[in-house]
Amino acid sequence: MENQFFIDSEYLSTEALAKKHRLETDPSSRRNHMEYMPGMEQIESDVCANVMEHMNSYDYTKYSVNDVKAALEHETCTIEDLKALLSPAAEPLLEEMAQRARLETSKHFGNTVYLFTPLYIANYCENYCVYCGFNCYNHIKRMKLDKDQIEKEMKIIADSGMEEILILTGESRSKSDVSYIGEACKLARKYFRMVGLEIYPVNTDEYKYLHDCGADYVTVFQETYDSDKYEKLHLLGHKRVWPYRFDAQERALRGGMRGVAFSALLGLSDFRKDALASALHVYFLQRKYPYAEMSLSCPRLRPIINNDKINPLDVHEKQLCQILCAYRIFLPFVGITVSSRESAAFRNGIVRIAATKVSAGVSTGIGDHESKYSGKESDGTEGDEQFEIADNRSLDKMYKDIASEGLQPVLNDYLYV
Amino acid sequence: MNNNDKLIIGGHEFNSRFILGSGKYSLSLIEAAVRDAGAEIITLAVRRANTKERENILDYIPKGVTLLPNTSGARNAEEAVRIARLARELGCGDFVKIEVMRDSKYLLPDNRETIRATEILAKEGFIVMPYMYPDLNAARDLVNAGAATVMPLASPIGSNKGLATKEFIQILIDEIDLPIIVDAGIGRPSQACEAMEMGAAAVMANTALATAGDIPMMAAAFRQAIEAGRKAYLSGLGRVLTRGASASDPLTGFLRD
Repeated sequence: MENQFFIDSEYLSTEALAKKHRLETDPSSRRNHMEYMPGMEQIESDVCANVMEHMNSYDYTKYSVNDVKAALEHETCTIEDLKALLSPAAEPLLEEMAQRARLETSKHFGNTVYLFTPLYIANYCENYCVYCGFNCYNHIKRMKLDKDQIEKEMKIIADSGMEEILILTGESRSKSDVSYIGEACKLARKYFRMVGLEIYPVNTDEYKYLHDCGADYVTVFQETYDSDKYEKLHLLGHKRVWPYRFDAQERALRGGMRGVAFSALLGLSDFRKDALASALHVYFLQRKYPYAEMSLSCPRLRPIINNDKINPLDVHEKQLCQILCAYRIFLPFVGITVSSRESAAFRNGIVRIAATKVSAGVSTGIGDHESKYSGKESDGTEGDEQFEIADNRSLDKMYKDIASEGLQPVLNDYLYV
Repeated sequence: MNNNDKLIIGGHEFNSRFILGSGKYSLSLIEAAVRDAGAEIITLAVRRANTKERENILDYIPKGVTLLPNTSGARNAEEAVRIARLARELGCGDFVKIEVMRDSKYLLPDNRETIRATEILAKEGFIVMPYMYPDLNAARDLVNAGAATVMPLASPIGSNKGLATKEFIQILIDEIDLPIIVDAGIGRPSQACEAMEMGAAAVMANTALATAGDIPMMAAAFRQAIEAGRKAYLSGLGRVLTRGASASDPLTGFLRD
């Protein structure tokens, strides 16, 4: 069963539709996704080759229950152990994995759970990524907040008590350029203790500029580490360039960022291989930049505006839990973020096992925090959402729910130095 | 126990030799843990106290307990210095525990940067308690840099593995004139007791409590173990026979003059 991603909008011109169809059906109409575009910085790094070597040779059918048991008995989880833990053979041992994961989480993080919220400041996008609500052929309300609007949104969020913010944009350099994002970071430093970014990948000097503006963490999702599959899903735009995206975290660290976050979008491709590659991306980069703080996310595909049939296919909650336990056992020191794509019940459960950070008070739309937080009638000038969320708990509710699980919610554990 | 047996750090006297961590368990348990531990010093991360209004960890620390702010998050001496100064601005007093880590996986301290930060902060009047990897040369440098104590790690932080660096901590105890406070890796009361028997001046623990089923009860267990170890050290430990019994006929009995 495959997702049906292609949706035609009646608002597209004949020419646009023709181009869209050509991109979808004729691979030769698409540019080489492994070739850098002008202006994209190319760095020397062996991280990608290391990750790919393991991912390409990973045959998860060859692992047995005994391999999984052995992995769980080892004090230090090796790459081979990780491969066993991510294999189908581990599914009957999920409870044992969860017990071990919980132990590792408590050793490194105690019972703390960090809270943050995302703030989308623009949803313009120049890419055609077939699964994404922001893709350039999807007919949605586009919007870019100006400085006053950004500040208004930040005030509302800060008033709710939130101290960590993740600033997001659609991937459009022309509509949301680096200096625009930099201004948003400067504003965010006024209202929040910690500022993270989830924007299109940029060059090292641009990361340095954004760091100077107040951001210290950069999240880039590789979507899928299978570059052939990636090519079939990202048909147009700068995001199509797979290797430039892969090296984004390394450029961010070279630009002075304290931490970087990683993920595949589970459900796009073979999730076991993508999970392995995500963990190894962290592993090899940590060896090279040992001072950097690393974290992993685990988003699954969600329905989008104009296509409510998109779903994460074979990545059910059980598989997601298995992946997160494997991440935790292999990388006990990394942060693990579980977003509002997942249900309240799943998030309540997973923070007791492996997750260390959850979002609350989430909107993936543009400029709608006032209506969402206060219940005030929307004035209709809001930008549409990137995807549907599953857990819409407010900060207050999330805080109470975490505390009632016997865990300690933490709003800030960070200093900009 | 001898009432005159005080732990003295930077001219301040303490009766308790158990330093408590605060960062890994529920804020609501801090007060009970401090009480049952009999602790007089509690550490807290400055970055964690760098919060706005809701549930500031500072509000949960009982009055009369000495705050020991730490510089976790610092990756070099300059960052540690900046964080220490911020701690002072936040009203955390003059004590500071230097933590400089350039490794996010094991959180092992960087001795060289720690020495540099100690030198700067000691000159600024801080009572500097540096967390370090137990290396005698580095410990001597810390003494010369103006440290008030030396805090060697027992094993990797959070590992609960106990005195993996025992031999090297013993060397510090034997050679360094400042109080040696064993920090990080102590997982159970018996290990804390052993460190105290060796002559450590105090023990610090955080994860060992945080991962316990009953945190205040574990705090009490550590308190008793640390007191027991201290008594054993002060009383002069008896000889431990390493290989069988000693011969009743002395080997040197043949010597005549």
